[in-house]
Amino acid sequence: MSALFQFLLRQGDNTLVLGHRVSEWCGAAPALEEDIALANTALDLIGQTQMWLGYAAEIEEAGRTADDLAFLRDAYDFRNLLLLETPNRNFGHTLLRQFLFDAYQVPLLASLESSTDQRIADIATKAGKEAQYHLERSQDTVIALGDGTEQSHTIMQDALNRLWSYTGEMFESDIVDEAMTANGIAPDPTSLRDVWNTTVDAALKLADLKAPEDNFAHKGGKNGRRHTEHLSHMLSTMQVLQRSYPGASW
Amino acid sequence: MTTQQANTKQIWHWLELVPDPEIPVISVVDLGIIRDVEWKGDVLEIIITPTYSGCPAMAVIAADIRAELVKQGVNKLSLKTQIAPAWTTDWLSDKGRARLEEYGIAPPRQAGTPQHCPLCKSTSVEKISQFGSTPCKALWRCTSCLEPFDYFKCI
Repeated sequence: MSALFQFLLRQGDNTLVLGHRVSEWCGAAPALEEDIALANTALDLIGQTQMWLGYAAEIEEAGRTADDLAFLRDAYDFRNLLLLETPNRNFGHTLLRQFLFDAYQVPLLASLESSTDQRIADIATKAGKEAQYHLERSQDTVIALGDGTEQSHTIMQDALNRLWSYTGEMFESDIVDEAMTANGIAPDPTSLRDVWNTTVDAALKLADLKAPEDNFAHKGGKNGRRHTEHLSHMLSTMQVLQRSYPGASW
Repeated sequence: MTTQQANTKQIWHWLELVPDPEIPVISVVDLGIIRDVEWKGDVLEIIITPTYSGCPAMAVIAADIRAELVKQGVNKLSLKTQIAPAWTTDWLSDKGRARLEEYGIAPPRQAGTPQHCPLCKSTSVEKISQFGSTPCKALWRCTSCLEPFDYFKCI
């Protein structure tokens, strides 16, 4: 697997897995407006997936399409962050996970806009506008719920305690990242930590939420070595149609 | 067959007849998603820039463009998607903006908020939700006439 292919899978799998998770709220959100907002966010993410995985498939040159990569790979071939495959649990938990990712995705895409790979720069420019919009919403919602009622505050603090150990993986750098950085294709993930901390700390303060002090980080998603059991369960739903009726199309 | 090729000005005019499937009062040209029209030999190439990455209307738009042009006698068509430069609401035509307002959708503004309620023109408006009935819209409410309305997001 080439480094560029793996890098593109990471981008596409992040948006695909989060997009699918967010889409699980369709028809089940606590209010109609939130239902619409979640469905639209999922739509943006899955649209971005088509661009990332479409490019990944071209780079791979194995005759696969973006759809093949999305629907016919198994969990161990996925390269998404563990944070994004964690179950939705509740509305507050879903929005906090979204915020923790958006706060990372916005500076990442901003940096990718000046990638030496023009196609990546174009995708990042397109996706960046949408990510910025997602960040505004997830940030406002996290602050409103954290600084809301005693019940919503408790739910948000619990979500933060559960999700915190999944945030460290975003800033882990490995051999794929080194290859991307060396060619000016993508930034070193560790370089995104400061701006992420600034965004997250400011929002958590307004939300009256406290991040755990333990910085232990679960890893194994972006390199595919140790996904959580949740990913397989998610894929079994997401891929069932193509697995049961190979080649089915609208 | 030796029919004469329609000139591109005529093609743009035909494209004006193709409405946005979700906001039928504006055409795909008003929406600013048609970036170029050019004959490549006997094939008409049309460059389309999608509004939002996942906008489900894009497939319908491509089918509608094809149907209209075939009706006008253009049978060899190549529709190409181009993502850069990224679509921006700056590309909405002035005519399109005026039509949106008449239809009850507040047109996008650089300020990021609607100028006024598209129904009663009151400037007392508030946001209900950052997302509306389609990816390109947000949901707002007029605090004077109390009607909710769509606002075309500025991106």
